[in-house]
Amino acid sequence: MRNSIRNTAVAAVSAMIVGMPAAQAQQAQTLNMGVGSPVTSLDPHYHQLSPNNAVSDMIFGKLVETDHAARNIPGLAESWRAVGPTVWEFKLRPNVTFHNGNAFTAEDVVATIQRLPNVPNSPSSYAAYARPIVRMEIVDPLTIRFHTAEPYPLLPLDMTNVRILDSETHANVTTDQFNNGSAAIGTGPWRVVNHRNGDRIEFVRNDSYWGDKPAFARVNYRMVTNNATRTASLLSGDLDVIDQVPTSDLARLRRDPNFSVSETVGLRLIFLGLDHLRGADENSPQITDNDGRPLGRNPLADVRVRRALSMAIDRKAIAERVMEGAATPSGQFLPPGTYSHVPGLEAPEYNPDAARRLLTEAGYPNGFRITLSGPNDRYVNDARIIQAVGQMWTRIGVRTAVEAQTWSTFVGRAGRQEFSSFLIGWGSNPDASHPLRNILGTYSRERGWGASNRGRFSNAEVDALLTQSLSELDEQKREQLMIQAQRIAADQVAVIPMHIQTNMWATRRGLTHQARVDELTRAQDTRPAAAR
Amino acid sequence: MSVYLLRRLIQAGGVVLAMSIIVFIGVFAIGDPVEILISPDADQMERERAVAALGLDKPLWHQYLIFLGKAAQGDLGRSFVFNEPALELILQRMPATLELAFAATFGAILIGLPLGLYAGLRPNSVGSKAIMAGSILGFSLPTFWVGLMLIMVFAVQLGWLPSTGRGDTVEVLGTRWSFLTWNGLQHLAMPALNLALFKISLVIRLTRAGVRETMLMDYVKFARAKGLSPFRVTFVHVFKNILIPVVTVTGLEFGSTIAFSVVTESIFAWPGMGKLIIDSINVLDRPVIVAYLMIVVLMFITINLIVDLMYSVLDPRVRLESK
Amino acid sequence: MSAVVGQGAPIEDPAKIKVETPFRRFCSEFAESKLALGGLIVISIIILVAILAPFISPQDPYDLAVLDIMDGRLEPGEKSGDGSITYWLGTDDQGRDMLSGIMYGLRISLTVGAGSAFIAVMIGASLGLAAAYAGGRTDSIIMRVVDLQLSFPSILVALMILAFLGKSVTNVIIAIVVVEWAYYARTVRGTALVERRREYIEAAECLALPRYRILFRHLLPNCLPPLIVIGTMQVARAIALEATLSFLGLGVPITEPSLGLLIANGYEYMLSGKYWISFYPGIALLVTIVAINLVGDQLRDVLNPRLQK
Repeated sequence: MRNSIRNTAVAAVSAMIVGMPAAQAQQAQTLNMGVGSPVTSLDPHYHQLSPNNAVSDMIFGKLVETDHAARNIPGLAESWRAVGPTVWEFKLRPNVTFHNGNAFTAEDVVATIQRLPNVPNSPSSYAAYARPIVRMEIVDPLTIRFHTAEPYPLLPLDMTNVRILDSETHANVTTDQFNNGSAAIGTGPWRVVNHRNGDRIEFVRNDSYWGDKPAFARVNYRMVTNNATRTASLLSGDLDVIDQVPTSDLARLRRDPNFSVSETVGLRLIFLGLDHLRGADENSPQITDNDGRPLGRNPLADVRVRRALSMAIDRKAIAERVMEGAATPSGQFLPPGTYSHVPGLEAPEYNPDAARRLLTEAGYPNGFRITLSGPNDRYVNDARIIQAVGQMWTRIGVRTAVEAQTWSTFVGRAGRQEFSSFLIGWGSNPDASHPLRNILGTYSRERGWGASNRGRFSNAEVDALLTQSLSELDEQKREQLMIQAQRIAADQVAVIPMHIQTNMWATRRGLTHQARVDELTRAQDTRPAAAR
Repeated sequence: MSVYLLRRLIQAGGVVLAMSIIVFIGVFAIGDPVEILISPDADQMERERAVAALGLDKPLWHQYLIFLGKAAQGDLGRSFVFNEPALELILQRMPATLELAFAATFGAILIGLPLGLYAGLRPNSVGSKAIMAGSILGFSLPTFWVGLMLIMVFAVQLGWLPSTGRGDTVEVLGTRWSFLTWNGLQHLAMPALNLALFKISLVIRLTRAGVRETMLMDYVKFARAKGLSPFRVTFVHVFKNILIPVVTVTGLEFGSTIAFSVVTESIFAWPGMGKLIIDSINVLDRPVIVAYLMIVVLMFITINLIVDLMYSVLDPRVRLESK
Repeated sequence: MSAVVGQGAPIEDPAKIKVETPFRRFCSEFAESKLALGGLIVISIIILVAILAPFISPQDPYDLAVLDIMDGRLEPGEKSGDGSITYWLGTDDQGRDMLSGIMYGLRISLTVGAGSAFIAVMIGASLGLAAAYAGGRTDSIIMRVVDLQLSFPSILVALMILAFLGKSVTNVIIAIVVVEWAYYARTVRGTALVERRREYIEAAECLALPRYRILFRHLLPNCLPPLIVIGTMQVARAIALEATLSFLGLGVPITEPSLGLLIANGYEYMLSGKYWISFYPGIALLVTIVAINLVGDQLRDVLNPRLQK
């Protein structure tokens, strides 16, 4: 009896030992990723949201792809050029098939563009990318022309946001069909096998993918929204890769040889918006004199005050202490090396004395009181940054109350111009037209400008340069126009730029993850580290 | 009895109606869902389209009437975020939360009742003092903090349990349950303990207080004087009497466990309703908030009804009112 | 009735009264437990520290002008950059002295805890008693409002109050009261339902005593023991709930941290070994709550009419 038990035990143990390498190999084939922001849908045209775009980029392909530095590279289109002032021609990649075996042709592009404005109930649609296109012309199955009403230089950039569907499978497809996986069929490197809303998405490798083969056979893409537990899950080995590494864990992960951190300066500028809506002789809602009485004027209407507030901020200290090095102080929206970055426009120098002098010049020798608002659940360390700014402003005599609130209440109030000063961020395209049109351009429904211009900055020169640049097809001339516009906005302190965030991923030892400036977390960017 | 039930049912309808009105006004006051959901670079036209697509362009009372009309046909609307029927979304997530809440409640009773009984019967022993002191820990430390500590100790340091998420599930009657697999149980252990901590303390304290009080009651004294075994006195006479507050509170707590599993679920990335509701509140996904609250309200009303019914079973002195 | 007794008292021998006033009896019974006495002393010290915080703390942690992020996350015992103060318990991410932060945090936490518990118990107990005693329609209405209230997640309630009233300590108290009163109502009603069937209530009713008198002089004292148990726990629960709200970004203003907010702030640093940011406030919270509960437990035993010897 005893013997038989022992035999069984031995058999079990040896089975385990024999089974182990297989199990380990199996494990190595599955990549467990933990992402901090939930994916809301697998429909690539339903909700414009970074996490959705990341997952869409795993399943679907686009005419124009972007590399890790957000430069346009050929995707489903091998090349593109403007063949006339209002005509763009795209040469499509041959021999590409969808997950279901259907061949990719120009028909699919047409069907996709037609679907963009017609996704029911979309809370944030991709329709804007279809709007400039007045007509599509199929020259041959692998050549397509887009006709626009006016010269439109941004069309290739727009195409980096449009995931191509199969005209056959996806005729009259609904968002539900994508979400249950049945219609999640694209040309991308991964196929969906299981989708549990808000919890996880499971992928297998698409072996007939046209580009570089992914390194893993399966991916378990999990949403772990709590920062601390996401790190803990990496530490415990339950996850292989995490994104949005909390800055507080950065030092530890860098020190630990069992993990590695990959990072890149991103495209998201954190800045302070200011109340430009109230004129010089109006009260700004959250500014009073030192005794709490209304001032009768808006100090922020004076460019000297705006400059003083900007100079009072020690951006280096915030980047080093609050952000623990995961930020680069910046004086503009785009980082160096990006198209339409303004050369030589640095973050304003920290100079509290000069700031105080400027305040005195502007007629506020004793400062005033202001409330600085900000979200506490949106950007990296957002509530901590506004407290730090509060410290610095208070030191030059502008007594600052700091009010942090959830994004859900914050964004509505900011949109109703209830704040005098507020912290907000802008994740930019690598093209200054993006922030110029949305944040610095005068709010105008007709032109579709300034929808995120919550401080209501308005400058005729900036607007004129922007108008000119938007129809300029020559990339160099366009860049110069946008640089000029940005210089004027910076000189007028339209907003107070703070820093550009660093995007960070952490992996367990043995893996590398290609950090992307656009913050997207995609499984194809993780590979086994090269053996040393 | 049936009159009593019927009246409770009508009252329930009133409560649900009142709740939906409060939510509509409340969400409206908090902010604008489109501002939160829309891509920041959407222009004014696109914003207006989104507002219209979600039906938010009409006056609030009109939106409410549309909601009522559809609700009458069993349609609680589609989630703004997921574009799926809100009710379906919640029902998908419900088993995970129910499982967690049941595990936590059973755990609390299983651990709390014996400890409380011991502490009540021997109030001056060192053991019971330790139990009482320990129980204070259970409700003084914030859940989120204890949750992270549990993960740090059991997942990161010791490596005994998986850190987050729900494990393998087995499909029974069309829903997925994870407590039927070993892997699932491992995943369930920590979040259930985290959620149970407060309740364990509560049960310990209520049991102890009840025991101490009943031991001095005449009928217990009489039972002891009669020479009944201490075991019989404890488990028949005392036990029965202390069950009332314990049942009330556990019943109540079961409801609140479901309603407040938010923190535990978001820390342990547990894909339940609690995580859904906090995410929905963060983006003001009104259809989901309303549908969720309707379900929770109905659940509470049912639990309270059951608790009331159990009173009358456990304590013959309580009679259900039907005048 | 009581007035008559009060008037009658001086006629008796004054010496006798000195020996046996209810208050004295209460005090001596309370002092029987050394533990509870210790708890009382600790609470007194804590309250004293909280009240005197502006005078004894090394720093005003609410004044942004004296904080410096360059002093952020210093370890316990380190000196500030300009050498002016030593941070005995370290600093948080804003360079806030933890010792001062805890002293000030105690004030907020105690105010929130005691304030919300007191108001919630008052409202809850009155309504619960009324429901149990009156029965019928009153009972139904009150209990359905309770159902409604219990099913609202505290987070949503807090968000709504935040949206309507703005962020402040008072509004956090309101939010917690709104969330918690229903618990008391439900519990008190449960107990009262049992009690009102007891003989002493029937006897009182036979004597045709006025309703309010039966309610408050007969029913309430007998419902007190469970109420005190939950009441003292509630102070702790309110403080913990406030911490949770802070954790979710819905609590007190960030520049006026409570103990809970200090813990929530330090939470993210736990993994990186900067334990002091949430550890010390946690200890302060724990000691406070333990002391409150020791006192509460003894109070319950002393006040319980059935445990009187």
